[in-house]
Amino acid sequence: MANAKGSAFLLAGGTDLLVRMKSGAIDPELIVDIKRIPATQAITKTASGFKIGAGVPCAQLGRDAALVKAWPGVVEAANLIGSDQVQGRCTVAGNLCNASPAADSVPAMVAARAKAAIVGAGGRRSVAVEKVVTGPGRTSLEKGEFIEAIVLPTPAPKSGDAYLRFTPRTEMDIAVCSAAVNLTLGPKGVVTAARVVLGAVAPTVVLVPAAAKAIIGSTLDDDALANLAAACEAACAPIDDKRGTVEFRTEVAGVLARRAAKLAYERAGGK
Amino acid sequence: MTLDTQFTDQKFKLVGSRPDRPDGVDKVTGRARYGADASAPGQLVGAILRSPHAHAKIKKIDTSKAEKLKGVKAVITSADLPDLTNGNRGNYDILENCMARGRALYDGHAVAAVAAIDAETARRALSLISVDYKVLPHVTDVDAAMRSNAPIVQPHVRTAGGEPSDKPTNIAQISTFGHGDVEAGFAKADKIVEKSYKTEQTHQGYIEPHACLATVGPDGQGELWVTTQGHYTFRNLCASLLGMDIAKLKVTSSEIGGGFGGKTHVWMEPLALALSRKANRPVKLVMSREDVFRASGPTSSTSMDIKIGCTNDGRITAATATLRYQDGAFPGIWGMLGAMTAFACYDLENVQSVGYDVLVNRPKVAAYRAPSAPMAAFGVESTIDLLAAELNMDAVEFRLLNAAKEGTKASYGPTYGPIGIGPTLEAVKNHPHMHAPLGKNQGRGMACGFWFNFGGQTCTDLNIGVDGTVNMTVGTVDVGGARASLSLIAAEELGIPYEHVKCNIGDTASLGHNDTTEGSRGTFSSGMATIFAARNAIEELKSRAAKTWDIDPEEVDWVDGEAVAKGVEHSNLGPLSLAQIAKASPNTGGPIAGHSETVADGAGVSFASHICDVEVDPETGSTRVVRYTVVQDAGKAIHPDYVEGQFQGGAAQGIGWALNEEYIYGEDGRLQNPGFLDYRIPVCSDLPFIDTEILEIPNPNHPYGIRGVGETSIVPPLAAIANAVSNAAGVRMDHIPMSPPRIRKAIKAEAAMHQEVSAG
Repeated sequence: MANAKGSAFLLAGGTDLLVRMKSGAIDPELIVDIKRIPATQAITKTASGFKIGAGVPCAQLGRDAALVKAWPGVVEAANLIGSDQVQGRCTVAGNLCNASPAADSVPAMVAARAKAAIVGAGGRRSVAVEKVVTGPGRTSLEKGEFIEAIVLPTPAPKSGDAYLRFTPRTEMDIAVCSAAVNLTLGPKGVVTAARVVLGAVAPTVVLVPAAAKAIIGSTLDDDALANLAAACEAACAPIDDKRGTVEFRTEVAGVLARRAAKLAYERAGGK
Repeated sequence: MTLDTQFTDQKFKLVGSRPDRPDGVDKVTGRARYGADASAPGQLVGAILRSPHAHAKIKKIDTSKAEKLKGVKAVITSADLPDLTNGNRGNYDILENCMARGRALYDGHAVAAVAAIDAETARRALSLISVDYKVLPHVTDVDAAMRSNAPIVQPHVRTAGGEPSDKPTNIAQISTFGHGDVEAGFAKADKIVEKSYKTEQTHQGYIEPHACLATVGPDGQGELWVTTQGHYTFRNLCASLLGMDIAKLKVTSSEIGGGFGGKTHVWMEPLALALSRKANRPVKLVMSREDVFRASGPTSSTSMDIKIGCTNDGRITAATATLRYQDGAFPGIWGMLGAMTAFACYDLENVQSVGYDVLVNRPKVAAYRAPSAPMAAFGVESTIDLLAAELNMDAVEFRLLNAAKEGTKASYGPTYGPIGIGPTLEAVKNHPHMHAPLGKNQGRGMACGFWFNFGGQTCTDLNIGVDGTVNMTVGTVDVGGARASLSLIAAEELGIPYEHVKCNIGDTASLGHNDTTEGSRGTFSSGMATIFAARNAIEELKSRAAKTWDIDPEEVDWVDGEAVAKGVEHSNLGPLSLAQIAKASPNTGGPIAGHSETVADGAGVSFASHICDVEVDPETGSTRVVRYTVVQDAGKAIHPDYVEGQFQGGAAQGIGWALNEEYIYGEDGRLQNPGFLDYRIPVCSDLPFIDTEILEIPNPNHPYGIRGVGETSIVPPLAAIANAVSNAAGVRMDHIPMSPPRIRKAIKAEAAMHQEVSAG
C-alpha cells in the first residue's frame, strides 16, 4: 500500500468503500482486501480487555456474550449501522476510518476509551480512537498505515455504557445527532467517572469533559442531568443540512445525552 | 345480453376467494423479468448527461470528443430528435422533457445521451461532452413562482381559465369548481375556520428504476421492452415523437417493480429508441436512483387556503379552497384535480374550490396514486377537525352529518349514485380501534378521502386449449395482483377451476389499444372485458355443443362449466363439459376463443375513511405510528388479498409522505437528497400492521359491482396522521411532512405562545 502511486484503500466490509466507488466519489488505484487474514477476523479476550480484529463484521460483536456484557453501548452502536445485511459486512475499524462525524460506533468507542492498533511500514502504534479522525473524511493515519484492530479495555467494576442516536427512521438511516455515555459508580450510586461523547454535531465526534463533570459526584438527579444536557448543547457546533437543523441537532443532542446517561447508570447498577 | 354492464348481484363460487397469485413464484424466486432484465445480442449501454442547473440557456453542446472515444456508437442531442409534434403542445412538452431543447428547465433535465459498448465507456463519453450553459434565475417554490416578479419557466405560457393577458406567467391554469353562493353560506355560519397549509414534494418511490431495451432497425421497425404502466400509450407516444408507424413499434411491458402513476409517462424511452436508431444496435437504458429522483415525475408540492363555516348544530353552510399546486416545468392538471377532489366527500349547498397549476424549475410532475387528492384532503380534513373541535362535536359525527350520499350533487359537478362515504364513516364509528385507550404522548386522528377512478379502452382475448385450459391475454399491466383477479373472473364465468386459467399481459402486437393502467382501472375495466370475452366464448362453446348434438344453439344452456341441452325432448343428451367441447374443437370448427374490445364506462367513485394512532416524543419530535386502520369501499373484492394489499400500500405510502418524505432543494435549485438515504420512505420496522376493513357497496355500472381500489387508500393518510399528531403533540400541524424538526418547532412555538399568554 505504501508503494501505490494513486490512492490505496483497505477493504474490510466495503460497505462505505464500494458505495463511494460506485458513486464516482473515489477511483482507487489499489484495494487490499483483508477479510481473508485470520487475525483480522477474531474478537480476542485479553488480560486487559478485548481486541476486535479489523475485519470482524459488526453483527459478530452482538454474538460475543462477554463483549456484550462488558460494553453493551459499543455493541448497540455497532448494531445500529445500516441494516442487518450491512452489519453482516461492515466493521467498527472501517466505520472509524470512513471518518464520518455521524459514524455510529465511534462515539461509543471514544466513551469506552478504545484504542486503535495501527500497523504500517514503520511498525505498530496504539492511538486513542478520538485521535484517529481529524475531520470529515480525514484521518491521522500515514500513507501505508492501517488499523489492524480496535482494543477495548476491561471496564471498571460498576460501570455501564450506552449509545443513542436520533434518526427519523427506525433503521437504514444515518444519525442526525448521537450521544454515548460511559460511567462508573462509587458507593451509594454516586458517579465517580464518566465520559460523554456526541456525534454528528461537529466535524468530528466530540468528547465533552464539561458534560462528564456535570454528572461526576451526582446520583444522576434531575439537576445533574439538566447540567449534562446544557454542557452537551454548549459543545455542539453542527451544520444546517438536509438531515437536520443546527437548532434541532443541538437540542436533541442534549436530550440523547441525558437519556444515554440514565441508561448507562442503570447498566452500572445505579437505581 | 353479453355486453350488459349493469350490476346483477350474481352469486359467486370463486370470486371473493384468495388463491395464490400466478406471478408469485417467479417473483419470490427472482425469475420474474423486470425492466432491466432483458438483453439482446450486440446490445449497447445507454447513458444520459443531465443539467446540473435548475434553469439555464444551453448555448452550445460539443459532442465531438465523446464521439471519437473508442467504443462509443452513438451520441444524441435534441438535434437528433426533430420536432414532429405538428403543433401538439402536449407532445412537444413530452419531447422537451425527454431532452432539453436549447434550455435546461430543472436540475436533472437531460441534455445529451450516449450509447457505448459498456457502462464504463458510456460514463467516460458523458464526461467528454461539453455543454456551454448560461445560468438563468430559477424558482422552485410554488408560492414564489406565482409572484409577478418570479423568473418565468415557460415564456409561451398564458393562464388558461384566467383573465386574458399577454404577459408571461407561471400560472398555467386556473380551474374553478363548485355551486351555490359561498358568501351567503358563510353569512349563515355560526362558526368559521380558515387556515393555510403546505405540503412538500414527494416521489412515488417505486423500487424498480425506469429501464428499457430499445431496438430500431434501418427498416423503420422497432421493439421496446420497458417497465411501464401502459405499453400501448408508450408505443403511440414513442412512435409519434420518433416519426415511426404505430404498427411497426412493438412494445412489451416487463414485470413492473412499482409504478403508482410514475410509470404512466415516458421519460427516457424515446432517447433509447433514438440512440438505437442512430447506432443501429439494441440499446439498454437504465436509470440510477438519482436519475429517478431528479428526472422522473414526482407529485406536486402545494400551498392551500381552506375555509369552512357551519351552524352551531354542525351543518356546513359554505366551504372554499384555494389550492396552489406545482406542476414542475411543464403544465399539468394537478391543481385542477386537487380542486375537483377537495370537497368530494361532503354534501354541500355552497362550495367553491379553485386550483392553480403553477410552473417551477423542478421535474415535470406526474401522477402519484390518486394524484392531487391527498394534499387537498389534508387541508380540508384538518379544517374539518378544527371545526368539530370548535363545535365541541365528535369529529366522526360531524363528518357523518355532512357526508355526501346517493343523490348529492358533488362539488365537482356530477350527482352521485350509491356511494360509500357514509358507510365507511359508520364502520369507523363502530370500529374497536376508535374506542381503544391511548397511552402517554399518543393521539388519534381520522380522515376521509375520495377518488374518481377511471375505465377506458380495454381489450381481452381468451383462447381455449384442446385440453380445456384457458389462455387469456389482457392489455392492462398487472400492477397489483390483477392476473389473479382476472383469472378468478374468467374461471367464474366459464365454470372451470382457477388453476385452469393462465392470464398473460399481451404486448402491443397481440391486442388492440388498451389505455394505461391508471385511475384504478385494471380490475374494473379488464374485469369487465374478461366477463364479456368469457361470455363470448361461452356462446361459441354452446354453438359447438349444438353442432355436436345437431340441435339449435338456442336450445343449449351453459351451467357450471357445461353445455346442457334444454327441454325434455333432449333429456337423452348428457351435458358436455368445457374440456370435452375443447377436445373436439379441431373437428367442430377449429379453435374456440372469446374476445372483447370495449370502452369500460361507469367506473364507480370510491371513498375511504382511515383511523390512525401515533405516539410523539415531545423532546425530539419523533413520531411513531402505533395503530392504523383502513376502511374502504371496494364495490366487490374479487381477490380480497390484493384489495387489502392496495389498502395497506396506500396507507404505507401515506405514512411516509406524512412524516418524513420530501424533496429538499438548495438555494441553487439543485435537489439535495436524490437517494433513499436522505429521501426517507419508511422501512418495514417504521410501520405497524395496517388493519383493513373492506366494504362492498356495488358499483351499479359493472356486472360484478367492481370499483377501483388502488388509489383511494392514499387520500386520507396525510390528514388522518396530521390529526393524530396534532392531538398527540397538542399543537395543530399544518405543514407536511411532519418531520421531527417541524414538530419540535411547532411544540416550542406553542409553548412560547402559552407562556406569553400567561405572562401577558
